[in-house]
Order: sequence, then structure tokens, then C-alpha cells
Amino acid sequence: MLNPFRGFGAVFYKETLHVRRDFATLFFSLIIPILQMFLLGFGIDTNIRQINTVVYNADGRRESRDLLDRLRNSDTFHIYRYVNNDKDLNDAIISGKCRVGIKIPVDYSDKLLHQMSAQVLVLIDGSDSSVAGQAINVTTAIGLDESLRRVLSSSDAAFAVDMRPKILFNPDSRSPNFFLPGLTAVLLLNVTTFLTAFSIVREKERGTLEQLFVTPVRPMGLLLGKLLPYLVIGFFELSMIVIAMRFIFSVPIHGSVILLAFLSLPYIFVSLSLGILISSKATSQAHAMQLAFLTILPSIFFSGYIFPRETMPKFFYIISYFVPASYFINITRGIILRGAGWTHLWTDALALFLMGSLLLVIAARRFHDKVITT
Amino acid sequence: MTASDQSAISAKNLVRRFGTFTAVNDVSFRVEKGEIFGFLGPNGSGKTTVIKMLTGLLPLTSGTATVQGIDVHDDPEGVRENIGYMSQNFSLYTDLTVTENLTFYGRIYGLSPERLRQRLDEIVQLNGLGPYLNRLAAQLSGGWKQRLALGCAMLHEPKLIFLDEPTAGIDPVARRQLWDLLFELSAHGITFFVTTHYMDEAERCSHVAYIYFGKVIADGTPDALRELPEVNPPGTYRVEISAPHVTSALRVARTVPGVRSATIFGQSIHAQIDDHLDLDHLRAQLTHHNLVVAEIRPLAPSLEDVFVELTYRHQTAQETTTQEPARA
Repeated sequence: MLNPFRGFGAVFYKETLHVRRDFATLFFSLIIPILQMFLLGFGIDTNIRQINTVVYNADGRRESRDLLDRLRNSDTFHIYRYVNNDKDLNDAIISGKCRVGIKIPVDYSDKLLHQMSAQVLVLIDGSDSSVAGQAINVTTAIGLDESLRRVLSSSDAAFAVDMRPKILFNPDSRSPNFFLPGLTAVLLLNVTTFLTAFSIVREKERGTLEQLFVTPVRPMGLLLGKLLPYLVIGFFELSMIVIAMRFIFSVPIHGSVILLAFLSLPYIFVSLSLGILISSKATSQAHAMQLAFLTILPSIFFSGYIFPRETMPKFFYIISYFVPASYFINITRGIILRGAGWTHLWTDALALFLMGSLLLVIAARRFHDKVITT
Repeated sequence: MTASDQSAISAKNLVRRFGTFTAVNDVSFRVEKGEIFGFLGPNGSGKTTVIKMLTGLLPLTSGTATVQGIDVHDDPEGVRENIGYMSQNFSLYTDLTVTENLTFYGRIYGLSPERLRQRLDEIVQLNGLGPYLNRLAAQLSGGWKQRLALGCAMLHEPKLIFLDEPTAGIDPVARRQLWDLLFELSAHGITFFVTTHYMDEAERCSHVAYIYFGKVIADGTPDALRELPEVNPPGTYRVEISAPHVTSALRVARTVPGVRSATIFGQSIHAQIDDHLDLDHLRAQLTHHNLVVAEIRPLAPSLEDVFVELTYRHQTAQETTTQEPARA
């Protein structure tokens, strides 16, 4: 007699009507993620190339020009300007026009010809640490390489240790390959958490939720009826993102798409539960919006999406374990980039599932207490 | 058949506390089948709390209640199955059409498709919603919204319908039409539990109760309440004084010996006076102050008079009980 899912069909019917009628909201919540994808896919390149460089070449002979050619050919430096004195060299960096300044002293070629150590001054703007790091690495490597070649060419010996690094899974270090699989996790939140939270809070605002509680609808029937349409939308969004990723941004998918779809379920489940939790707390749609953004931020910054989790301070590293996106980003990058399978990823899926269940239980309880006693 | 089976609602000693605050304090009443029961009281007096308790949304702190013969505590689901409820803001889905709103509620109550179609026809016939079926609820005027909400509440043919302030904010014509509809439905044996602020609506109910700070201080038919001895103290009667300048007349009337109380009521004064005060004498007193008096005639107390009197008595009674321990 007591069906715990009572009212599920009716609520599902009504909710799909809402979605259809409010087509604009649906359209934007689907299209904005795709736009974000284009921005990140085409606009962001984390590989540091073509750093603006100012050069004061006081020597000007062939050896100095050879050195500048090597710097230029590394693809790391772009020679923006030549200057003729120290002051202009400094000013170019202070004004921000150039990040690196190179001064080749007047006796550079002479010292080399006399087998003496020639010095080159490299000034680096430290305000962007990754640019500075790259500049140090490349200039040091070029200097070392140049020195070795000069030593070895006279003695006819070979390199003692020859390191041969090989990058697995994203050999060209393409930024879209790194960013887009992670972006999937953040974008899915948009549709699932936001839309569910709004759909429930809207009923609170209208007073229809109170009305529903006076009918024989059971809480589970109500919640599932409301969740299912958004689960379908979330799934649709995921396929759109994956298709765009594969065919527009040419990110190769090394693992099983079916597994990706399957493992996205626990993540969507967590996001939906979060949406319900938010709606149990929020009193208006504006309030729900603020709370939902609160969930977006950790998903971006503490999930490994932009900054590697391993380099975070201990405290934030621990926090990252409580961010659902951390697990899902490992799943998407695992399947898409590393070709990982079920055996590599089941722990992440389990963690997501447990988190989702816990959130749903808390949410359902809060919901029940809140609605009924206020 | 037990006694509770015969009543639509039977509430015994209902108490609801929120922390230390007692929102509903020992409330008992019965609503018989087919009655239009008016539940009145100022805002915050516990009306909505009582409705929530009777519909199984709020657990009772103590007391018992049966609705349509079903115990609220034991089977709240069963209660909700058998009642209709219309909240004060009509709680419609404004982005759905009239038909869609009705269909949704029909499905909630598990009506079969054929039954649903049949009920839709009946409701539309009764409420006159026919021309608006494909209109969005947002585009309906207040009166039509309220009819739609009522339709949603009675789709599953409940024998008892709760209406929480059904006429708040709608125009007088729609208000009149709603009451006509309620009378018609009530004649078919449907019981209504109506909360309202309008005294004229209270007068139309077949049974009224007045709740004041969590306590029911009046309960009975409007006529029975009008005849309560507290309202008609022995040795007094009520009169209506019609005068062109009511405010000046009121000032004077209050000074006449034998006039116990007087208030303005539209273009006239309602006064409670001692038996021995002769009407001609009263008229003479007023005209003595150069006032024109059109008419003075005896009057039965209105429900408003009843509630004012009972509230006043209740307040003074409470003041004395709360002051006594201080004195001792």
C-alpha cells in the first residue's frame, strides 16, 4: 500500500513540461558550457613559448649572433627589440614590454676564441613564476649545450649520460588534451547542480512545494521525479562535450567511451544530490545561485583541474579529497588520455557513489525537517 | 459506526509546541460532514499550524485528531489521500496550462487516464474553466487562478477540502462566485474547512470557531455565538444608531449614562446599553447636543461583536491569572 516512490510519474511528467516550456534556460545552460569549452580549448595554452626578449648585443660578431639564433630557435624566446645600452635594457623589462633581457658583453667573441669562459647576462622578470622558470631552464640548457659541444669537439669523446625523456599520453603537450577532459567535470556541475537546485527552490518560492506535501506524494517520488529529467540533460551535455572534444579539438580518446558514460553516473548523482542539499538550504533562487557558486570554486581550484593536487599545501590537498570533481577528473583524464580501464578507476567511482549517497541522505533529511516545520 | 466516523474532523486537546512557545494550546473542536466550517483568528494565532497538524504535516505534541475517520498520527498518508488542500497563494504552476495543472494533480492522486478525463470534464463544467484550458496559469486573473486551484484540490473527489484564506486578494465578484460554488458543493455533502479574515464570510459559514493565541475562544453556529450570554450580558441589549455625523454622535453617546460601549460601524453606531435606558431618552440626550438622529433600533450582535467581546474577556481573564501569582 505504501509505495515509497508514489507520485514519481506525475512529478516527472510535470518537470519535463517545465523544461520544455523554459527552453531558453535549457538552451543557455547547454550552450554556455560549449562556449566555455571553445574559450579554454582555443584560448589557453599553458606551454610557454615566444617570450618577449630584449637584447643588448655589445659584441655583435658572428659568435654572438650564433648564440642569439640558438635562443630564437628554441621557440621559447622572441626577440622583441635590440638596444644599445644598459638603461634601455632595464627599462624594457620594467615597463613590462619584455620579460627577459640578454646582454652579450663586448668581449664575448674574444674570450671564446681564447678558450676562456665567456659570460652572458640574462635578466628575468620574476613576476610570473612559470615564465621565469622556463626562461632559466632554457637559457641554462643552451649555455650548457654550447659549452659541451665546444669541449667535446676538441676531444672527440661522446656524451657520458644521454637522457632520453619520453612523454606518455600527451606527447605534444597540447593544452586542450589536458584541459578539456577536466573541464567536463566542471561543466557538468553547471547543468546538474544548478538546474536541480533552481527547480526545487522555485517550487519553494511559489508555495507549490507546500502544496505537494499535502498530497500523497512521497519524498522519494518527488525527488527522483525531479532529478531524472536533469540526469538525462546532464547525460546529453556530457555527450555533447565529448563529441566536441573529439571532433573539434581533436583530443584523442584512448579508453572506452562506454566506460566514461557509465562512470559519469556516480558523478552526476553526486552533483544532483548537491543540488538538492543546496535547495534545502536556499530560500530564493538568488540564494541558491550563491550557494551553487560555492561548489563551483573548489571544483575548479582544488580538484587538480588547473593546479596539480600533489603540489598543494597539505591542508588543501586533504580538502581536495572531499571535492567530487577530483575523482571525476581522474576518471576523465584516465579514460581519455591514459586509456585507463575499470580496474584503474573503480575506487574513484566508489568514492563518488558513497559521497552521493551521503549527500542525498543529509539533503533528504534536511528537506523533510525544513519544509515541514517552517 | 463510532462517533468519530460521523465527524469530518474531530480534534481533541491538540497541543503543538515549538521549543518553549506553545503555538496551539489545548484546542478541541468537531466538524460534522457537509458543514462549511469557518476557522477565524488574527495572524499568528495558530490557524495554519492547526491545518498543518490536521493534514499530517506537523506532528502533534499531544492530543488526538481524526480526519474523515482516519487518525492523523497513525496514518498521515491516508489522511492526505482523502482531503483536498488549497493554500492561500493558490500554489499553481504558472508556466503550465490549465489542463496541465489539472492533469498533474490528477496523476499525483493516481487517477486512471479514463477517470482523469472524466473528472477533468466535470471540474471544467463546474468551474467554468472551459475557455481557458490551453492558457498558461500565469495569464489567468486572480479569480480564475483560484478556481483552477480549487479544481486541482478537488480532482480526486475528496469529501473534505481545506481552504486557507481562499479569497485573499481577489475581486468581490470572484469572491461571491466562490462562495456560491462552496454552497453548491456543500449541498453535495462535501465538507469545507475555511480560514478567512472577512467577517461577512464568517457569517456565511454553518459553523465557526475563533482561535486567539493558540486557544479556541468561540465555537458554534453563528446564531448560537450571537446568543452567548458573555456577548449579551443580562440586563443589556444592543442598538444601532443611525446619524449623519457619526463621529460627534459617538462622542456624545459614550457620555450617556447606561451606554456600556459604543463603536462606529459604517454610517452608524453599534452600542451596548442597559435595559433601563429608554431609547427615547437616548434620542433626547443626543438631540440635546444638536445632533440629528435618523433612527435608533435594537440589533442582534454581529460575529465581529462576538469576537471582539470574547477576545476582550479572554485578555482580561489572562491578565488576572498571570497577575495573581505576583500578588501572592
